[in-house]
Amino acid sequence: MIPAEFDYYAPTSVQEAIGLLQEKGPEAKLLAGGHSLVPLMKLRLAAPSVLIDLNRIAELRGIRSSDGGVAIGAMTTHSEVESSPELADRWPIFHVAGAMIGDPMVRHRGTIGGSLAHADPAGDWPAVALALDARMHIAGPNGERVVPAGEFFVDMLTSALEPDEVLTEIEIPALEGRVGMAYEKFRHPASGYAVVGVAAVVVTDGSGSCQDCRVAITGAGPKATRATGVEEALKGRPLDEQSISAAAERAGEGMAFLGDIYASEEYREHLTKVYTKRALLAAARSAQG
Amino acid sequence: MTTATTFVGSSVKRVEDPEFITGSGTYLDDIKLPGMAHMAILHSPHAHARIRGIDTSKAQQHPGVLAVFTGKDTAGINPLPCAWQAGGVENHVNTPHVLASDEVRYVGDAVAVVVAEDPYTARDALELIEVDYEPLPAVVDPEKATQEGAPQLHENAPNNVCMRWTAGNQEATDRAFEQAEVVVKQRLVNQRLIPTAMETRGAIGSYNPGTGEFTIWMTSQAPHVMKLLLAAFVLNVPENKIRCISPDVGGGFGSKIFCYADMALVAFASRQLGRPVKYVEDRTENYQWTTHGRDHVTYAEIAGTRDGRITGLRVRTYANLGAYLSTIAPGIPTTLYGRMVPGVYKIPATFVEVLGVYTDTAMVDAYRGAGRPEAAYLIERMVDLFAREVGMDPAEVRRRNFVPPNEFPHDNGVGMLPYDSGEYEKALNRALELSGYPEFRREQEEARRQGRLLGVGLSSYVEVCGVAPSAWIGLNGQGWGAGLWESANVRVHLTGKAVVTTGTSPHGQGHATTFAQLVADELGVPMEDVIVEHGDTQGTPFGFGTYGSRSLAVGGSAILRSTAKIREKARKLAAHMLEASEEDVVWENGRFTVRGSPESARTIPEIALAAATGYSLPEGMEPYLDETSYYDPPNCTFPFGTHVCMVEVDRDTGETRLVRYVAVDDVGNVINPMIVDGQLHGGIVQGVAQAMWEQGVYTEDGQLVTGSLMDYALPKASMLPNFELDRTVTPTNVNAMGAKGAGEAGTIAATPAVVNAVMDALAPLGIRHLDMPLAPEKVWHAIQERSASQKEER
Repeated sequence: MIPAEFDYYAPTSVQEAIGLLQEKGPEAKLLAGGHSLVPLMKLRLAAPSVLIDLNRIAELRGIRSSDGGVAIGAMTTHSEVESSPELADRWPIFHVAGAMIGDPMVRHRGTIGGSLAHADPAGDWPAVALALDARMHIAGPNGERVVPAGEFFVDMLTSALEPDEVLTEIEIPALEGRVGMAYEKFRHPASGYAVVGVAAVVVTDGSGSCQDCRVAITGAGPKATRATGVEEALKGRPLDEQSISAAAERAGEGMAFLGDIYASEEYREHLTKVYTKRALLAAARSAQG
Repeated sequence: MTTATTFVGSSVKRVEDPEFITGSGTYLDDIKLPGMAHMAILHSPHAHARIRGIDTSKAQQHPGVLAVFTGKDTAGINPLPCAWQAGGVENHVNTPHVLASDEVRYVGDAVAVVVAEDPYTARDALELIEVDYEPLPAVVDPEKATQEGAPQLHENAPNNVCMRWTAGNQEATDRAFEQAEVVVKQRLVNQRLIPTAMETRGAIGSYNPGTGEFTIWMTSQAPHVMKLLLAAFVLNVPENKIRCISPDVGGGFGSKIFCYADMALVAFASRQLGRPVKYVEDRTENYQWTTHGRDHVTYAEIAGTRDGRITGLRVRTYANLGAYLSTIAPGIPTTLYGRMVPGVYKIPATFVEVLGVYTDTAMVDAYRGAGRPEAAYLIERMVDLFAREVGMDPAEVRRRNFVPPNEFPHDNGVGMLPYDSGEYEKALNRALELSGYPEFRREQEEARRQGRLLGVGLSSYVEVCGVAPSAWIGLNGQGWGAGLWESANVRVHLTGKAVVTTGTSPHGQGHATTFAQLVADELGVPMEDVIVEHGDTQGTPFGFGTYGSRSLAVGGSAILRSTAKIREKARKLAAHMLEASEEDVVWENGRFTVRGSPESARTIPEIALAAATGYSLPEGMEPYLDETSYYDPPNCTFPFGTHVCMVEVDRDTGETRLVRYVAVDDVGNVINPMIVDGQLHGGIVQGVAQAMWEQGVYTEDGQLVTGSLMDYALPKASMLPNFELDRTVTPTNVNAMGAKGAGEAGTIAATPAVVNAVMDALAPLGIRHLDMPLAPEKVWHAIQERSASQKEER
């Protein structure tokens, strides 16, 4: 790797990192697992003059219980998230989606917070965060603020983070009732990113109808998005193939689509519907199973 | 051969691997020389442009920069050679200058270099070079490039055609088509691939002003050939003043056979600066300017009878050769493709026409299989289309047209050497049996009733390897004007350790293991006492290197010639030591014994000690066991087999799931089954990847879209099914081992097997053919279109 020249800092606390961000200004970039930023630096498409490495900040790592839910430190690796028994028990989607990220080497270096903060339109975690209604804990010069996932992904490669802020924790609220969740992904044959990835969470009552659901789509468009039309169409309906198929037809409503040599806009729009249906069917099965 | 074979035929673990898997290998970038400077290369961002001027002043003033060179500085270096100027190419040869000075013709063409104290500074300074380009229109498609009004690359090649080559009997073929009961036509695109060796290319030049000698380390599959080409054609330096060294090399797939500009540039820069100079390309450069493979557009026609007999084959191919001719580029779509299109079939009349075309793209040259994958894809697709047209099972059509076992050696009618041996039906039968073909056909019928799209594809291939008899491959006007024999030296040191030096140059194949197995058996010594040395032109005999699955068939044969000479000399010495007459000394169980008294024996190490100390030798015998051989094969070898692929296509998305992959290959006798299986696994992966995922894509104006591993779909293990391998063994009589070669067979066979399987799955929808790669979107669109029109028909 032969990047442009940069200065390197390795703070050991979040406060120190924020101080460095304020001091170095917008030319500074935070380095988490490095699996998005470093490739860009290799290609010299990114040439930050300062790198602030978050890997030595212990408080950013780990998974802990929080208020009935769970809080995942931003610097927790994909692999740690994927293999956490605590998460797998109540939020199996973390295991399913985590296992679909890149390859084992990527998963042992890349972090959940890095992936979310980068707001890559084809990242897997943004869809999961949206479907679980995650709360993003953000530290900045004026203390901490919390941004719901639904407001965190602003645009392609743009999150709600200010230049002097650090994403510290992803809080996953508890879910009540009989819950089922699934992640279905059409992988890009070259990059392994999501051409289309759909995360679905359904809550059912004893009668088998859908009390609540959240569906989020990544990969297809410039940013991860909730499929609210699908959710509306399914709520109150039985979680069977017929109503799921009908609801999934509304996937992609109001979305903009991206295209490349492997999947055009038209094809992504189609895949969005197919994969939404598949994710909902799988989620319904796990809720009823 | 020995009576006590121990190692040959067994799956000995690779002796290379402890070094490689613990990170202790020495690849080019691991080499650090005292005082070494670093070179970076500025490549053209335009597919076609005139260079109005280059301003290097800012780069030159950048701290840490030692020198900046442009084409003006390197005008004394000759253009790179095209060593294989096949028939029809003589008047249109255009090869690259090491730095372009007036015009660039593809994205990646080199225009300037910076040499600096470290690679970071060199790369930084590249950004300070200002090149004034006048963009010109570009063309990337080989068929469009030949059409009226297309942008022209070279003055001496009107319509961008650099060669027009034919083989076979045109008149007889035309007649076969006139008289045919059935004619099937298809346009086939064999897309561009990017070889993607895990280690990118590079070179280190070190000039010694005291002796005037250059040492050039290189990531080469053929260091001796590079030494010859650099000395005689590029640098104009006496051959004895250049030493080339290939250290450990991390894959090549053909792309590292060739002579590249950086080899000459590091030598030039080192002489200018008086310091060693290193260049290592990054992946972006590797994709832009190291050679690509395939890229054919072919119009194929097959003629036959209603009962499934093939009577004629007519082929017209546009072969994209890129912006200039690479080292052996013209030989690939001619000798190695055009002469192999009839495949395993007895076809009475074949005619092949190949147009070699210049386009504004990276140079195209040999890539694993080199011509034979394109040939196998062509004939195996056409045979499937023919089978469908006459309503017969593709296995049965193949069976009816195979060259029968009693007709070898077989002349295929388009100028290939005679096929040595083959039992094509036997391999087909085994593959059908192993894959449960008849049962699958029943399952498929049932699945089709349920609307599921199951498919099975066959590929019965033959390829040419063990290249090649010099009299054939070197032939003026067709061949490459040089030999393709191979060399080996074997010597047994005083302590009984055998050292083998070979002119071949492995880059992942496991020669140190396979060759040691051969030699250990021949000399009756443990394998660990055999050391294989390669890759350094100083210390190994001249050889042509490793490609074309030639290292065992040709290089191994040279080794066996040397061990035979050693054994002959050792027998004389053993007789002397045992005070027996020479006729009574026999080789038994890995040692020499006296006939009738087996307790009197001498081993090779004991004899080597006597030969090395030299104080008691038979009269007239020279000391030491040390023998060199140059082996020119009488023929190439022709491995074959049948691969079977089973797939299911998802109607909703067009995604193909590879359900099973069965391969029955016949590579003759096998020295190390594990290594052969490994070669087949890797080969099959690359073949499947062409069918399913890989494609090197340029925009119409010549920008490389698939310029990184984020965009170029290299296969991953998780994308592939388990491979079920088996073998038939039909030894060749071309060499003493009966071995044919296994390096490329998997790649050659796999591509058509997969495509045939997907087309079989889509057959109920009336889909005849789709070009590769069979990306889900392409398949989905085809399903959508056909489903719509089938509804209308109802």
